[in-house]
Amino acid sequence: MIGIVSYGGYVPRLRLPRMTMFQSMAWFAPATIAVAQGERSVCNWDEDALSMGVEAARDCLKGTDKAGVDALFLASTTLPYADRQNAGIASTALNLKNEILTADFTGSLKAGTTAMISAFESLQSGNKNSILVAASDKREAKAGYFYEMWFGDGAASLLLGKEGVIAELKGYHSVSYDFPDHYRDAAKKYDYIWEERWIRDEGYVKILPEAINGLLSKYSLSIGDFSKVIYPCFFSREHAAIAKKIGASPQMVQGNMHETCGEMGTAHPLAMFIHALEDAKPGDKLLLASFGQGSDAFWFEVTENIAKLPARNGIKGSLAKRKEMESYTKFCQFRDRLGADTGIRAEVSAQSPLSVLWRKRKAILGLVGGRCKVCGTPQFPKTDVCVKPECHAVYEQEDYEFSGRKAKIISFTGDLLAVSIDPPAIYGMVQFEGGGRTLLDFTDCELEKLGVGQTVKMSFRKRWYDKERGFHGYFWKAVPQEEA
Amino acid sequence: MATGIKDKVAIIGMGCTKFGERWDVGAEELIVEAFQECIEDAGIDRKEIQAAWQGTCIDEVNVGKSALALALTLHLPYIPVTRTENFCATGTEAFRGAVYAVASGAYDICLALGVEKLKDTGYGGLPSIGGGSLAFFTMPNMTAPGGFAMLAQGYAAKHGLSMDEVKKAMAHISAKSHYNGSLSPKAHLQRPVSEDQILNSPMIAYPLGLYDCCGVSDGAAAAIVTTPEIARSLGKKDYVTVKALQIAISSGEELQYDNWDFDHFVTTSKASSLAYKEAGVNNPREEVSMMEVHDCFSITELVTYEDLHISERGKAPKDVMEGFYDINGKIPCQPDGGLKCFGHPIGASGIRMLYEMYLQLLGRAGKRQIQNPKLGLTHNLGGFPFMNINSVAIIGRHDA
Repeated sequence: MIGIVSYGGYVPRLRLPRMTMFQSMAWFAPATIAVAQGERSVCNWDEDALSMGVEAARDCLKGTDKAGVDALFLASTTLPYADRQNAGIASTALNLKNEILTADFTGSLKAGTTAMISAFESLQSGNKNSILVAASDKREAKAGYFYEMWFGDGAASLLLGKEGVIAELKGYHSVSYDFPDHYRDAAKKYDYIWEERWIRDEGYVKILPEAINGLLSKYSLSIGDFSKVIYPCFFSREHAAIAKKIGASPQMVQGNMHETCGEMGTAHPLAMFIHALEDAKPGDKLLLASFGQGSDAFWFEVTENIAKLPARNGIKGSLAKRKEMESYTKFCQFRDRLGADTGIRAEVSAQSPLSVLWRKRKAILGLVGGRCKVCGTPQFPKTDVCVKPECHAVYEQEDYEFSGRKAKIISFTGDLLAVSIDPPAIYGMVQFEGGGRTLLDFTDCELEKLGVGQTVKMSFRKRWYDKERGFHGYFWKAVPQEEA
Repeated sequence: MATGIKDKVAIIGMGCTKFGERWDVGAEELIVEAFQECIEDAGIDRKEIQAAWQGTCIDEVNVGKSALALALTLHLPYIPVTRTENFCATGTEAFRGAVYAVASGAYDICLALGVEKLKDTGYGGLPSIGGGSLAFFTMPNMTAPGGFAMLAQGYAAKHGLSMDEVKKAMAHISAKSHYNGSLSPKAHLQRPVSEDQILNSPMIAYPLGLYDCCGVSDGAAAAIVTTPEIARSLGKKDYVTVKALQIAISSGEELQYDNWDFDHFVTTSKASSLAYKEAGVNNPREEVSMMEVHDCFSITELVTYEDLHISERGKAPKDVMEGFYDINGKIPCQPDGGLKCFGHPIGASGIRMLYEMYLQLLGRAGKRQIQNPKLGLTHNLGGFPFMNINSVAIIGRHDA
């Protein structure tokens, strides 16, 4: 049996109410009131498609043996690097083995489902047993534009394999068209988008039904065989119109998440699918289709294993962890659209030593430290000489992964002098459960809610962007947990 | 068997510039200003200086690397000149080089000069000091106030104190230094400030406000050292001798091992014990006459009182509030205003502290003169609480 073994989701905790966006830009774009319902998800300033993809993949790998992962496919249209494989960075961050196939799937909003098909076919060929797929997007839109409201940021991840399948892959079908509803030049920040009426009528309402009907006829199914039909379309009226066209009842249609987070690009069909799996019962048949210069459609059947899946955030849990973003200007500042003055102190620009990054990749990208084989002391970073004063054993450390371990705050501060996109810069020293400590930036927290002794969890984040050289620097940060 | 440094070296001349935002001068002019006072005080000819040590820390905005700045500026005649750099202990390290050179018998007369020109950056506060290539990727973008703000959190948590209690003691410390600074003509900041003003100042790095942070200043300070025999032969009667010179540097345990609560300085605690032993001090609370400690931040001074084994653990706030460290207290601390108000040109600070102790020991401290001091302690703390360079020096009257 081949299918979905596990899933994970990551929707950044910040949510910007669309009415807040509207209130800031209504003077300029009064028509955006038409879509100003609910809220959209927003990356913190230190998040991007890569970091969110890693977080979704971490959620997906909970309770699984990651040593068994044979390949990692990362899908996105907004990856930080055009050349330096983003999936390779993710693989190092996840501390997956070196003997692994990694690939970026990009260039279309259907890249996430295309990565899934490539993974399934690789599993079917017998060459691979377990493939991790992550899809993630942080799409940009200009201020006062409908798309700024439609879009949300987020990521979803699926582990595809043969053992412990929770949703069996029963069939799939693809169509591909160069439908240029939008495009983005390789050097541009924003999409160029054609008229919405045309995108709706000639795009969504024709291409999605064609792919879905193609799947049905390929496997001699009827739409009534399915318990849920899942496809993206942020035009809510057309989302319903497609259902009508393929003969699905409104109850069968999985919601498009416009109200809760917005359209998350390549991640969106996967996120909607996971959202459906979270409520699915064994025996449910699910139909999933993507949209983006064509469509990939899938037929899945949920198995008994779904009940055995260990607890995780998924999409439901991610949506529940929310913090309202109070200001539209903050949203703009986080996306480098405001040009707020950070002073001369911020001008200091240093090249990032790439040979160090390579040599110390496990520590920097994977938060892998060392544990002394003689005395058992965990330490970060891993060093040649054990830090324990009674030990000081030389060359005795083995790799020790800190990223999945909880820690407690030893001390912290909120620094208004340090250069930060979101002052104050909050950082501190944390002590890991089981031993080991380090200094880390804190993120997704409010200074006034922090205390010594509070629990933190690790999160893979962007620490800086060197605009001059185009380098994205990633490391781990501590996320303080609300005390129960 | 090592016998320590006590009374092996005499200080025969010292100089110190006016500290402050010296927009009018650069490092070279500061070097000359400190040196001229120093050599006139020593009463020797500059040709008698056989070796020199230059303390400078942040070379990017100062005089660049190497000891050439000192040699070229003073046109020292092809003698050995060595640059020392050890964060905020830089000046004390330069002094230590000169003192050890004399004590070894290699030279008769040596110069130590520390200088820092900080106000050429274009912004307030210190430039960040790099921590190496791995830290570049992993360490938070930490400023000095942020690094020490964490000490206040750790200290409060360790001793079960509210942040208000700690802040009050910190405010008293800063107010005391501001008062002392008002008696100190060469100090950067010379205006008294009330504890209320301090408590209500703008936040820099929680819980440290503006007045919990020391000044960023330009300045230089110098010392000429020789043997006690030569000092006497030069006609010096009330000369000052070095009683102890200790340095302790973090081992990495604070940062990486599991036994430190971000509440004190392991280094200071160890170095001060060794310094007292070297100087023959058995009870520092009774025997130390006065101190200049490294009050880069008010919390640093508070915690240092305990690490110097003068206040008991957790009891420094009580001593502070009782005026123990005030100018008229049992052990006056920062009689010249300290880093807080005299200023903190990094490379000069260690020698500036010795300069104040030297003036006090010789009865030359004017309005802030302490009655009949015998031993003065200086203390530097460079780096961050979790990894730092600590120096403790004790100087005193030659007969003390």
